[in-house]
Amino acid sequence: MKLKTALLGAAASLVFAPAAYAERGSDGEVKIIYWQAVSTLNPYLSSGTKDVETASLVIEPLAGFDENGVVIPRLVTEIPTVENGGVSADLTSITWKLKPGLVWSDGTPVTAHDAVFTANYCMDPAGGCAQLARYEGIKSVEALDDLTVKITYNEPRPNPYTAFVGATSPILQAAQFANCTGAAASSCTAENFAPIGTGPFRVTDFRTNDVVQMEANPNYRDPAKPAFAKLTVKGGGEAAAAARAVMETGEFDYAWNTQISPEVQSQMAAGGKGEFIYAFGTLVERIEMNMTDPSPSLPEGERATVAHPHPILSDIRVRKALSMAIDRDVLVEVGYGNAGRATCNLVPAPAMFASDNTDCLVQDVEGAKALLEEAGWKVGPDGIRVKDGARLKLLYQTSVNAVRQDFQSIIKQWWNDIGVEVELKAIDAGVYFGGDAGSPDTFQKFYADVEMYANNFDGTDPEPYLAQYTCDKAPSPATQWQGENVNRFCDPAYDALVVELGRTGEMGKRAELAKRMNEMLTKDSYTVVPLVDRGRLSARSLSLGGVVLNTWDSELWNVSDWYRVK
Amino acid sequence: MFTFALRRFLIAIPTLLIISLAIFLLLEAAPGDPLGDVPLTVPPDVKEKMRAALGLDSAWYVRYLLWLKQFFWVEPLNLVDYIFGTDYAQGMQRVISFQSRQPVMQIIAQRVPQTLTVVGMSYLIGVSIALPIGIYSAYRQYSWFDQIGTLVSMIGFSVPTFFSGVVLIIVFAVKLQWFPSIYDTTHQVTDWASFMKQVRQMAMPVMVLSLYNAAQISRFMRSSMLDNLNQDYVRTARAKGLTEKVVVLVHVLRNSLIPVVTVIALGVPTIFGGAIITEQVFKVNGLGQQLITSIHSNDMPMVMTLTFIFAILIVTFNLIADLLYGILDPRIRYD
Repeated sequence: MKLKTALLGAAASLVFAPAAYAERGSDGEVKIIYWQAVSTLNPYLSSGTKDVETASLVIEPLAGFDENGVVIPRLVTEIPTVENGGVSADLTSITWKLKPGLVWSDGTPVTAHDAVFTANYCMDPAGGCAQLARYEGIKSVEALDDLTVKITYNEPRPNPYTAFVGATSPILQAAQFANCTGAAASSCTAENFAPIGTGPFRVTDFRTNDVVQMEANPNYRDPAKPAFAKLTVKGGGEAAAAARAVMETGEFDYAWNTQISPEVQSQMAAGGKGEFIYAFGTLVERIEMNMTDPSPSLPEGERATVAHPHPILSDIRVRKALSMAIDRDVLVEVGYGNAGRATCNLVPAPAMFASDNTDCLVQDVEGAKALLEEAGWKVGPDGIRVKDGARLKLLYQTSVNAVRQDFQSIIKQWWNDIGVEVELKAIDAGVYFGGDAGSPDTFQKFYADVEMYANNFDGTDPEPYLAQYTCDKAPSPATQWQGENVNRFCDPAYDALVVELGRTGEMGKRAELAKRMNEMLTKDSYTVVPLVDRGRLSARSLSLGGVVLNTWDSELWNVSDWYRVK
Repeated sequence: MFTFALRRFLIAIPTLLIISLAIFLLLEAAPGDPLGDVPLTVPPDVKEKMRAALGLDSAWYVRYLLWLKQFFWVEPLNLVDYIFGTDYAQGMQRVISFQSRQPVMQIIAQRVPQTLTVVGMSYLIGVSIALPIGIYSAYRQYSWFDQIGTLVSMIGFSVPTFFSGVVLIIVFAVKLQWFPSIYDTTHQVTDWASFMKQVRQMAMPVMVLSLYNAAQISRFMRSSMLDNLNQDYVRTARAKGLTEKVVVLVHVLRNSLIPVVTVIALGVPTIFGGAIITEQVFKVNGLGQQLITSIHSNDMPMVMTLTFIFAILIVTFNLIADLLYGILDPRIRYD
């Protein structure tokens, strides 16, 4: 009987499924919880994921990324390429063609001038635009006619899909933001809290750091979408409470970034009201090796600079041994469960850029010991290795975070096993990532021997990310300790590859170069020791259909396709 | 009395100025950076421009004086404009939150209702159950009622709200599904059904907080009653043949209330301060939740303004408590 009802139900839902989203606003209200509350809906004034993603419900870029990282058209007729003539043969310009007949939620037409305005809005030097990197290297943005935008770059741009692509560079309505450029950007509270957009929803009520209420955009380009008439994004609390609201009490339909321990995940999944969904992008938790000497005995100004190579870690055999001693699968199990996987790559995705480097996946304690012996580190009386009277002792720092502290203590144990003494240090995330040149505890200053954090790259092109490891990007007193090459890795051959990558347009060759560079940083030099490829983990209610988790764009990228499972 | 109040009021002005400077310098010296949450994918030069746009590139004393001007001059003018529809503050820079770029005072005004309904209600309930419990516990000292009262208030004192809150959520929201675990700040009370919904969503946070408040105040009430019950005037009153009701509820209670009233008055500013942990646990996004998120993101104008408003409230209620003392006890004179 039960089986029969279930089958009938399934058959019925198949019959009615197309009807479920056939009409705009037919499915009532959808409730989303972002435990980091939304502060503003203007992504150009805030780089917070919570703000960018919530804004993506309202304002849209010309093109976005799908769940495989492929560029897809949103407001344009097609994606410009060299083949269809949209990208010039010398790779210096790209021409976008808007879909004809597009209107803003207030009913006025969307034109190329809005895109030009948006670019100028972000590139205004007094505005403090958070997404300026998306508009970097642009010579001019012009409207050839009402529906055509042409972007000209200073130099050939092998990956032209930065400006107006992805949730971080949506189009603003010129008419609405006309008086909000430059220094006035931040005083336009009403505009920043309720931008007029082309997305499936429009804002009805915005309460900063609390809740946003939206309703279906009556002028959305697909007359049948969105299926929901109302949408609420609530903020506050922490990840576990947000997951509970979806998985156990069923008060919410979707919870963003529910990073909780694998144990709690499986307990909550037993509630039967929802499921955890995950997808992998480019976020890699890694250990970075300091190539310079961070010893406090050195004077300030010389400490941790290239003038003093690291006394222990300059030897590649030590770095390799440290990597070999780690069992990455155990780390995944302890920290992330399904939402993580072991990796040896700094660039784990997209597939075409990912090297097939899997050497590090098997833990090899004996091999690590042998390597240290070979490097001249002999076991002392207390089990810690010694060489020329110096002990093999490392300071290992990271930010305060439950999973990271677990990782620290586990890795400390493994390193102790191969005869390395480890001192642990955990720093408040605000300070660690704060970049304050006056603080000794920033990850850029790196006053430790090894450090752990996670980083990723924006979009699908790893070029800017890999270009961070050139000699000139090393933080130093001369640069006020700014710069992304925190290891102070310096290899002229690597710098040459960065230049070559910047000049190469053909995708196959770019992928080849990116893989080589990834390997130079990881398995060839062990400068960066990747640990875990961290996925996005969110929770959805079983009654919410159409959810496709996307790590390349806003998580709410396809909200217009969401519907209520009946 | 009046000269005393005036003198105290005048002393409060330099006190508050010193407090504001102290808060500002503390925030300045504290580690952390308003751009600390900016993802690592944002290049350093973009960060530098964002910093300049927030005004962080000027010296600390310039920013402090600017804040003083904004808080004591621009914001009151804005209030005048708001009330009388004038436009004196046209074009003047208000205190703006780093996080949301909204004027700080607007955010505070938006959040006061949530905090007042939830935290204020729990204070009221806490006080109104604490007083009778305290009185009866003292009157029947060491009775079973007193023992249970002591036990409950010890629990209220010692169990932190982040624990009791989560226990309540698991019992009443997850298992029994009586109350929602997430507070809806947009809910409007228009009829009986929506009123009941409001009661249901307030039930758990109010329970947690009033237990805590009641625990504290009932202990004060009890010990103050005990002090008075053994006084000579109580024996005299009984010897005169007054009923127990009159002795306890008129003679003893009135005298015992003096210290308790000050404690209650001094607790009022904490209502406005919100309940950081409880608001966070139940997602009642009031002033407490705003303060903690602002601290996390180093939103200095917001933290500065909020803490300073708390300082003003504390100074004010100290003054009120002192004045109440004089009214309740005619023996106390300030002249």
